[in-house]
Amino acid sequence: MLSLKIALRFLTSNKLQTAFIILGISVAISVQIFVGLLIESLQISLVDSTMGNAPHITITSSRDDITIRRWEQLTAQLDRYNVVKAISASANGNAYAKKGSTIKPVLIRGFDFDSADRIYHISEGLYNGRINKSRNEILMGKDLAQDLELKPGDSVTISAPDGSNTTLKVTGFFDLGISSINKTWVVANRDVAQDMFGYGSRVTSIDITTNNLFYADVIANLFKIMLNDNDIRIENWKQLNQSLLRGLEGQRISSAMIQVVIIISVAIAIASILAITVLQKSRQIGILKAMGIKNRDVALIFLYQGFLLGIVGAIVGVGLALGLLQSFISFTTSDSGVPVVDVYIDYFLIIRSWIIAVLSATIAGLVPARNSLKLNPVDVIREG
Amino acid sequence: MDSIIELIGVDKIYTVGSVETQVLFDINLSFEKGSCTSIIGTSGSGKSTLMHIMGTLDTPTAGSVVIDGQKTDGLDGNALAVLRNQTIGFVFQFHYLLPEFSAMENVLIPSMIKNRKVDRQTLDRADKLFDMMGLSAVKHYLITKMSGGQQQRTAIARALINNPKILLADEPTGNLDSENSDRICSIFRNINQEFGTTFIVVTHDTRVAEHTDRVITIKDGKIESDINRI
Ligand SMILES: Nc1ncnc2c1ncn2[C@@H]1O[C@H](COP(=O)(O)OP(=O)(O)OP(=O)(O)O)[C@@H](O)[C@H]1O
Ligand SMILES: [Mg+2]
Repeated sequence: MLSLKIALRFLTSNKLQTAFIILGISVAISVQIFVGLLIESLQISLVDSTMGNAPHITITSSRDDITIRRWEQLTAQLDRYNVVKAISASANGNAYAKKGSTIKPVLIRGFDFDSADRIYHISEGLYNGRINKSRNEILMGKDLAQDLELKPGDSVTISAPDGSNTTLKVTGFFDLGISSINKTWVVANRDVAQDMFGYGSRVTSIDITTNNLFYADVIANLFKIMLNDNDIRIENWKQLNQSLLRGLEGQRISSAMIQVVIIISVAIAIASILAITVLQKSRQIGILKAMGIKNRDVALIFLYQGFLLGIVGAIVGVGLALGLLQSFISFTTSDSGVPVVDVYIDYFLIIRSWIIAVLSATIAGLVPARNSLKLNPVDVIREG
Repeated sequence: MDSIIELIGVDKIYTVGSVETQVLFDINLSFEKGSCTSIIGTSGSGKSTLMHIMGTLDTPTAGSVVIDGQKTDGLDGNALAVLRNQTIGFVFQFHYLLPEFSAMENVLIPSMIKNRKVDRQTLDRADKLFDMMGLSAVKHYLITKMSGGQQQRTAIARALINNPKILLADEPTGNLDSENSDRICSIFRNINQEFGTTFIVVTHDTRVAEHTDRVITIKDGKIESDINRI
């Protein structure tokens, strides 16, 4: 208690110096938290825009006829697992869409609309027209519709690879934010697609979203073991998005490096400032030692100082970081009210940074604490 | 009577670089419990060195120091700290109070080192000491707001808070005018009589020496004379 009391008094008796140290710590911590939160938010929005409308795991056929036989049993079985958030079996195939003299290659996606919508969020991306309700109605991607100069209600002819033609009615257009989808997708009824490509009652892919994007590979492996079916191939998004993953990892490492560098410089700054205060307070420490204070309690005075500076500096730093973030959001929000980056405030990251800051400030206090042990009271008392 | 401090064959040699300077030569001294002694001598004769060795702040190069029947050579830093805290009060020439604290807080620090907390009894004792020092009106002042004489008396109160058996004072009146200096001498006498504290005062001031029962004169690190006046 005496050590804490002396530590506090040393700090409060030199308010300007203490204020400067706290300012230094808090600016560093705030930059650390700000950068950390910003990079994390960028990552989340990147993953979100890439994976928000995509399945995490896709099951396809490894057979020559590319169809999955027991798909109804498979989906029913997978649907029972807790990790599965949404599951959609679809009949897909490449075809051509004709309107007048324009011909475009398309990917027919034969969906059960409601279950597919929970993965692809097509109804959210629908910007013109309405959802396809009856059998011969379809939806189309934005770019494809523009290429074919279509408007809702128009008819379009789809030619399957075997040459057969089907005329379908376009009821609406969607924009899923991914150009390859917007350019090629035709969303049709599953049985229309099955007929068109001669799949019978079979499907060609089962799309799944899980409750944890980043464990999709683990979950996919589990499925492989559980289903134990050589006729199917199970792929997860990580296999198909290596470069995205590498980008994320690169960002994560650079963010961690920035944070480590900041923490080290904060610790060095605190250690050197406290080392100076040992010199400033050497008279006091000499006299305390002459009065019989134990070395351990003297060392504690400086550890407490580091700890207290860390606590206050880190609290102010968190406040500053949130302020910085707030002004960043308001500066970067466009007139239409859409922020450039959707800032996600990760409280775990904030608390973790706070704890690391307090710990490193306390550890920084070890350096002056060690110096204080060497201080010999006679030297101080002689100097006068 | 029992001796409270005993110096046996104490030598002190300072080594600066390769130069060795012997400051104390074979000092043998014994101080009785409850006695009041002054140590005088010219500047540089080794008085402060001797006092620091008696107070366990410094260690002799040869010889040993026995305090209250306990040999100090073998004790480690913590044991010496406890011994100093509970047995010895120091008053230094340049008062050495903690400027960040009030007079009262300064006086209580040795007892906080001893007991970790301050109880009613200690507070009463502090009040009484401030009373004796004539400082009751200023006891809650910050040190920096007190006069030199007030600071010196506060330092004496602090030296006495743990009711030490020994009080070592190095030129306690060195910076004071004669009025303040007389006052401190009479305080020492009172405390010596009331608490039975053993006093050892290093001084240049012959008027201070006149107040003591025994006067030891040091010259060039040796005892030149040792006069008992009662
Ligand atoms: N740390 C040290 N290293 C080397 N020599 C020292 C050291 N401390 C003291 N001395 C020397 O020891 C001698 C005695 O010093 P000391 O302080 O004991 O004298 P003093 O009698 O108290 O003098 P004063 O009356 O001026 O206070 C002096 O010559 C001094 O220079
Ligand atoms: Mg001296």
